Amino acid sequence: MGILAGKKPREEAKIPTSSMADIAFLLLIFFLVTTTIDVDTGIGMTLPPELDETVEPPPIKERNVLKILVNEAGQVLLEDRPSAINQIRAEVRAHVTNEGRDARYSESPRKALVSIKTDRQTPYNMYIQTLDEVWMAYFEIWDVEARKLGYSNYQAFRVDLKPGAENPIREIYPAQISLAEPDSGE
Amino acid sequence: MAGHFTKKEKPKPEISTASMPDIIFMLLIFFMVTTVLREQEVQVRTVLPKAEALTKIEQKRYVSYIWMGPEKLEGRRFGETKVQIDDAIIDDLTDIRNIMYRKLTEQARLIVSLRVDEESEMGIVTDVQQELRKGGTLRINYSSKRDISNQ
Repeated sequence: MGILAGKKPREEAKIPTSSMADIAFLLLIFFLVTTTIDVDTGIGMTLPPELDETVEPPPIKERNVLKILVNEAGQVLLEDRPSAINQIRAEVRAHVTNEGRDARYSESPRKALVSIKTDRQTPYNMYIQTLDEVWMAYFEIWDVEARKLGYSNYQAFRVDLKPGAENPIREIYPAQISLAEPDSGE
Repeated sequence: MAGHFTKKEKPKPEISTASMPDIIFMLLIFFMVTTVLREQEVQVRTVLPKAEALTKIEQKRYVSYIWMGPEKLEGRRFGETKVQIDDAIIDDLTDIRNIMYRKLTEQARLIVSLRVDEESEMGIVTDVQQELRKGGTLRINYSSKRDISNQ
């Protein structure tokens, strides 16, 4: 009996925590390897809604439309003149910011329209390059406007804009790009 | 004088590692939250075109992808241009309007990101776009990579 009573008190059981860091590290490395933090980048567009075929589209003056045609070989026709892709940007800028001065270009930025038309055989790459140039022209116009308002560029202006608020620059210079249905290419 | 030289030995400074697991766990949780495990296998080749006028899509949950490109075949060969949505190849393009309409009812602010191979022809892209218009999904995005060579 004396032996039992004199039993040493048991030591409290402890979970070893020294390996906790290692376990956490292993998990961390697993997620590090599997993570892909790639944000999808691209050129955003809004398609026109499905049209009622009985309703005639509103008439648009010929001078307000800048027509860009891209054929199956990737050659560009700018207002019926054969052009290089890198000429598009300057032409779009001239067209949009014309303010009615030159009779070949648009009457006002709000009426200005850029139309891109391709063949069914046009490579997608050429189409994206054309669209990219048109968008870059608008970006440059917006940059100039943002600088007039005291921002370093359009991006800085956008960041400063409250979410949901109207964008005064795009109000004056809306990007109106029309994607025409392609010809069959025959 | 001697007292000056026999300084008391200071205990060695040690960095406490007790908070190490906490730090690691923080990092772990960050990566667990940001991780998106690849849900579907892409069965077509999509070499994205390069562009300059890019915008980012921050809200990933609004995005739905459509892949277009030559179908991957066995032995690194490529077949005809096919359209893939989620994990299935769409043979009848007129199905797209219903698929997209259903997705739109689930997520009203849906953005359809077109991941098109740069060598595809515009014909199929336009056909898909016409279907998207019929489905009412008008916000699209031509997925492209940043052009590094120009800058």
